[in-house]
Amino acid sequence: MKAGSNLEKVFEKKLFAVTGELGPPKGNDVSVVKRKAELLKGYVDAVNVTDNQTAIVRMSSIATSSLLIQMGLEPVMQMTTRDRNRIAIQSDVFGATALGIKNMLCLTGDHHTFGNQVDAKNVHDLDSIQLIDCVRTMRDQGKLLGGEEKIEGEVKLFIGAAENPFADPFEFRAVRLGKKVAAGVNFIQTQCIYDMNRFKEWMKMVRDRGLHEKCHILAGVTPLKSGGMARYMAKNVSGIIIPDEIIDRVVKSKKPAEEGIKICVEQIQELREVEGVHGVHIMAIEWEQMTSKITEMAGLLPRPKVE
Amino acid sequence: MIKAEQKPIDEILKYLDPYNKILLSGCGACVTVCQAGGEKEVGLLASGLRMARQKIGKKLEVLEATPARQCEPEFALEMSETIEKVEAVLSVACGVGVQTLVRHFPKMPIFPGVNTTFLGETITHGVWEERCQACGNCVLEKTGGICPISRCAKQLLNGPCGGSSKGKCEIKKEADCAWQLIYDRLKALNQLYKMEEVIPAKRWGVESRDSGLRRIVREDLKV
Amino acid sequence: MSTFDPKIIAFCCDQSGYPAADMAGTLKQKLPKNVEIVRVPCAGRIETIYLLKALEKGADGVLVFACFEENCQFLRGNLRAKGRLSYAHRMLEKIGLEKERIEICHLATNSGAKLAETLRRKSEQLKKMGPNPGKI
Repeated sequence: MKAGSNLEKVFEKKLFAVTGELGPPKGNDVSVVKRKAELLKGYVDAVNVTDNQTAIVRMSSIATSSLLIQMGLEPVMQMTTRDRNRIAIQSDVFGATALGIKNMLCLTGDHHTFGNQVDAKNVHDLDSIQLIDCVRTMRDQGKLLGGEEKIEGEVKLFIGAAENPFADPFEFRAVRLGKKVAAGVNFIQTQCIYDMNRFKEWMKMVRDRGLHEKCHILAGVTPLKSGGMARYMAKNVSGIIIPDEIIDRVVKSKKPAEEGIKICVEQIQELREVEGVHGVHIMAIEWEQMTSKITEMAGLLPRPKVE
Repeated sequence: MIKAEQKPIDEILKYLDPYNKILLSGCGACVTVCQAGGEKEVGLLASGLRMARQKIGKKLEVLEATPARQCEPEFALEMSETIEKVEAVLSVACGVGVQTLVRHFPKMPIFPGVNTTFLGETITHGVWEERCQACGNCVLEKTGGICPISRCAKQLLNGPCGGSSKGKCEIKKEADCAWQLIYDRLKALNQLYKMEEVIPAKRWGVESRDSGLRRIVREDLKV
Repeated sequence: MSTFDPKIIAFCCDQSGYPAADMAGTLKQKLPKNVEIVRVPCAGRIETIYLLKALEKGADGVLVFACFEENCQFLRGNLRAKGRLSYAHRMLEKIGLEKERIEICHLATNSGAKLAETLRRKSEQLKKMGPNPGKI
């Protein structure tokens, strides 16, 4: 066991894992965190807490993750390398683990120009792969990056990362996952999937390299709320591919939101059958209340209680 | 070479407001290539400044000079006699040129007339693009000659990120994804294995721009 | 009452403007007073600095007579001239001078009447604008 987190135990027991996502408030209103936490509690094994996603200033991931623990949920603390140098990163790893956080997702982060602080200095002291390596070094060797300082205490973290089978160059995406595995990643979550064929092609490349046995892969899904949302995402968000058939289904339906949920549930059922997929990561963006419905309809409830 | 762009003329006029006789000093090197501060641009700016001041009834005398390289003491010092005759110097050389003049003419106000923007390549006549950020430890061998520090918006050493789509960087339509370029180049050279190694973090604080004022000393050249 | 006869510098390219100016003479076209014709082999020979210096040294307006866009004998000379005029216009706008003081007119060798009419129009326009406040 790397950290003994709930998520890790679910994987160890070879059960199909489910994670959700929570975006912290644009401020310090704890009631927002509480409300969202209530919508997810009991429906997922762990909750991703985003880190100033799209470079918009929100309550820090470490603080929000700590609040979730107090509320009885298990967080997956996301950390980007965009805003912090290695001093702050390693310091936050000490702090996070001291507060009881056991899962960490290592990301590069959306570029600051997407957010509301476009004048900021871009840090990127490390990239996501160097971050994975850094955290692994702290955990397994008890040392800081640079190898000199011996850590006072033990850093136990279950290390995650993201990968996007829908970005380019496609042929390199499985290789890049290999680099993350070499750097020490334990689990990864993918960008939300609509193009099943491309995802399955990617999984084949991943399996050919034996990577599905070296890390746990959670397939990402996001329910589409409306035809407008589908069209917007397909056109404007880099690295998301939505096939026309899916957009059409939502657009032509009399109840698009319901159709979106239906599609999501079908996707989860199809993904469960893909060899090497050990779980699903549900990103119900601004629709957290649907997580309960989706997990229920997909037959993922009740969530296991693991020791 | 170093690329620069002329500052807005109203900003320059503000700097020159207290003075009536100035030297406008260009440079025959980098700023000539990017058409921001060479002899031609000196002539044009001088003419514009004179007419602008004439219009408001506050005549400005502008002497013009364009040394071969403003950042070399021997060329900068060629202007010594001219500089003695003026109240201030407006330099349209890069920031290095301005500071070279400051060091050699410590009692003379020296103002920048351009914004030094980046180290870049001429793509075609009239178009320049950033290529280098003087990071101090060149990684071009690992990336097929394409720089991820200056051309990747996130300075990734193990790219591409998840935002690389159809060869473009997600933050700027005009920008090619540097890591797509690196991938294509290494593939063409049969060196894709270089992209499979994890490149460790850059030593920004020691070898690079965060290590404080950088300096090169060649004892063998100090005669 | 003193009359203001705007000083106009007319750059005339050998392939269009200059023959047109000749023809204007043959046709006995009326030209405004105070026009100085500067002959150039091609509009592309006109450096941006000539446009600004003309104004600096006393002209109230500058006209460039060049060939139509696809007709430049030196291929892109008139396009280069266009780019240089646009630089000069930006400079004028930023220093508070009217950009109409510099203008390009496209014509052919036989456009004597057009050349004369353009010069007359410019002269009237400049009379209304007043003398160039930037001239030294």
